[in-house]
Amino acid sequence: MSLSAKEKKLVKTFFAKITPKAEDIGHEALSRTLFVYPQTKTYFSHWKDLSPGSPQVRKHGMTVMGGYMDAVEKIDDITGGLMSLSELHAFTLRVDPANFKIITHNVLVVMAMYFPDDFTPEVHVAVDKFLSKVNQALSEKYR
Amino acid sequence: MADWTDAQRKTVASVWGQLDAEIGAHALARVLIVYPWTQRYFGSFGDLSTAAAILGNGKVAAHGKVVLQALEKGVKNVDAIKSTYTDLSRLHCLTLKVDPDNFRLLADCLTIVIATKLGAAFNPQVQATWQKFLSACVIALGSQYV
Repeated sequence: MSLSAKEKKLVKTFFAKITPKAEDIGHEALSRTLFVYPQTKTYFSHWKDLSPGSPQVRKHGMTVMGGYMDAVEKIDDITGGLMSLSELHAFTLRVDPANFKIITHNVLVVMAMYFPDDFTPEVHVAVDKFLSKVNQALSEKYR
Repeated sequence: MADWTDAQRKTVASVWGQLDAEIGAHALARVLIVYPWTQRYFGSFGDLSTAAAILGNGKVAAHGKVVLQALEKGVKNVDAIKSTYTDLSRLHCLTLKVDPDNFRLLADCLTIVIATKLGAAFNPQVQATWQKFLSACVIALGSQYV
């Protein structure tokens, strides 16, 4: 399921539009991941406060969003571009890759919330495909 | 099946109360656009070749309403979701022959469409409760598959 030239353009345009809200989107998506799917909290047992709004959730939400923004820049070779992030997730963090789909879903929900008019069905499918490719790239080094 | 607190019952009713009749059509259109393999079940619906065609397709809109009416039964019977959807589950398995993974895809698209409508009001607590309700519906619809 590769991205067409048109879809890459849609993704770049939409991500440029959401950049001013990137911090909020990252924070909201991570908050929902931890709250709506409590099993994901197991990866953050070293944090004091896992509730929506906490400084650690905010900071890490920004980190995650930064990863997506970086992937947009590398949209022509997402697998190659995210190699070191894949190594991090595979060997150090050891996050079960099933969780990538969870955060993807919450990113889509939050994008829909903040940008209801821009998150059209065409943008939705392009972004969903893009995030799926990011998840695939992150899984690359696992085994 | 699932246990519901009073707060959760209120949330499901409240979300439902804020939805207009078009939501079903929008959600079904998104399913067909975002997951195009789902079009296999709608061969008789005419032109589904582009997003614009799907969004303007009268049969898609009409079927979206049918789906929403069925969802209302679950909303009004949160304590008996499984029995509410027993017959529909059999229909989807034996007659319509729909892969039950599609129920999850529709649930996800419905959640996203609702997020566009409710905006910030669709906070994490509301999302958690609404997704709990939809998960129960998805499981119920798959329950009679053999």
